[in-house]
Amino acid sequence: MLNALATEARPGVVPAKAALVIRPRQEIQRLMRAEASERAAEQTPEELIAAVAEQRDREAFIGLFRLFAPRIKAYLMRQGADPASAEDLVQDVMLTVWHRAGQFDRRKAAVSTWIFTIARNRRIDTLRRIRRPEFDPEDPALVREPETAPDAHVEASERSKRLHEAVATLPKEQESLLRLVYFEDKSHSVIAEELGLPLGTVKSRLRLAMAKLRAALETLE
Amino acid sequence: MIPTHHPSDDYLIAYAAGSLEEPLSLVVATHLALCPRCRKEVERLEALGGVLLEDEAAAETATDERALDSVLSRLDAPAPIAPGPIAPGPIATGPIATAPKPRQAAPGDLRVPAPLRDYLGGGLEQLDWKAHKGFDEAELLSDAPGFRTRLMRIKSGTAMPAHTHRGNELTLVLTGGFSDEHGHFLRGDLAEADASVKHQPIADPGEDCICLAVTDAPLRLTGPVGRLLNPFLRI
Ligand SMILES: [Zn+2]
Repeated sequence: MLNALATEARPGVVPAKAALVIRPRQEIQRLMRAEASERAAEQTPEELIAAVAEQRDREAFIGLFRLFAPRIKAYLMRQGADPASAEDLVQDVMLTVWHRAGQFDRRKAAVSTWIFTIARNRRIDTLRRIRRPEFDPEDPALVREPETAPDAHVEASERSKRLHEAVATLPKEQESLLRLVYFEDKSHSVIAEELGLPLGTVKSRLRLAMAKLRAALETLE
Repeated sequence: MIPTHHPSDDYLIAYAAGSLEEPLSLVVATHLALCPRCRKEVERLEALGGVLLEDEAAAETATDERALDSVLSRLDAPAPIAPGPIAPGPIATGPIATAPKPRQAAPGDLRVPAPLRDYLGGGLEQLDWKAHKGFDEAELLSDAPGFRTRLMRIKSGTAMPAHTHRGNELTLVLTGGFSDEHGHFLRGDLAEADASVKHQPIADPGEDCICLAVTDAPLRLTGPVGRLLNPFLRI
C-alpha cells in the first residue's frame, strides 16, 4: 500500500497501469512481470540468480530487480546521491547483475552480499571518484590459510540468514548505528556529533553490536 | 605465516562499507592479501552489508517501472566495459565481462602483494627512495589530501627517531620486522598508533624492515635529535 502511494505521489513517475495503455506492445513484458512477482515471492534470490545465469531467464531477473532495485536506490540516496544519479546507478548495478550472474558463486557469498558489493563499488567509482584498492585472489603473493578444509565452508546464504536474525534482535539504537556506519559514509566522530553522544559511546555500542553478530555466527563456523 | 597484529574493527567495517579513504584502504587491502583471518572477517562484514541492504526500507522508493523498462531494453546490448577497481575483487565485482583485466605481465616482486604492487609502478628498487639517517622513505599516493603514504625502509638493527603523531598512523610490515613498546611486528602485521602514542620502532637484525606507513596528519618528532631534525625531516 505504501509502495503504491509513494509511486503515485512522485511527479513524473507513470504508474504501471497507465504505462500499459500507452504502450500496449509491452503486454508480454507485463505478463512476464506479473509472473516474476509471484516467482520472486516463491524462490530464493539464489534460485533466481541461477536461472538468470543458466537460462538467461528474464522473468527471474525481473524478480531480482523488484527485490533489490528499490533498496539499492534507498542505499544510494542515503549516501547522498540525488534521485537522478541514484536511478542511473541502480540501472547500472542491475545490468551488472544480469551480465555477471554467471560469476556469482553461492559458496562465497549470498546474493544480497554480492549485490551489496557491486552497489558499493559502483558508488565509490562514480560518486566518490576514488579508487578502492582490493586484494587479488589470484595473486601468487597472497597468503593462504595453512590448512584448507573446503567441507568446513558454511553455505553463504545460511550465514546471511543468521546475520539477518541476529540484526533483528539487536536493540534499536545498535541497529540504527550499524546502518549509519554502513550507509551514510560518515566517520564515527561525525556520527557521534550528530547523535549528540560521546565518541566512546558510539564506539562501544558498535562493539557490542558486532560482538552479538559474531556470537550468532560462531555456532555456524 | 599468518599475521598476529590486525586492523581494528573500525577499519575493517569502514573498508567493507566502502567509506575508507584510498590510502587507508590501500593499507587494509594489502594486509588482507597477507591475512586470511581478516579476509574472512571482511567477508562477514560484507555479508552484513548485504543483510542491511535487504532490510533497507523499500517503501521509501517504490520500484520505478520505467527504470525496469529501461534496464530490460538494454539486456541484449553487449556488456559495457565499465571502469572497475584496480584489482578484481574477491567476488568479482570489478570490470564487466570483456574488460581487459589489469594484469601484471609477471608476478614481479613477491614481497609486495597486490594491490600495493599496482601503486609502485615497478619494483621496490625502482622507487624514488630518499635517504635519511638510518632509514629511507619513498612517497606514494601524494595526491591524496590529508594523508601521507610512504614506504619506509629501516636498516636492520636500527632505531627510528622517537616520534609522536598528530593523527593516526597505520604501519604494515612487508619485510623484516620491528619492535616498539607495543610489541613485535613481522610481515603482514599492522601496527596502529594514535596521537597519544610516543614510539620508537627498532628494526630487527638480519633483514631491512620495509613498511607501508599511512598517517592522517604529519608526525611530530620528540627527543633532542628529533626536535633538531624536525624542520627538515617530516617523518
Ligand atoms: Zn588480519
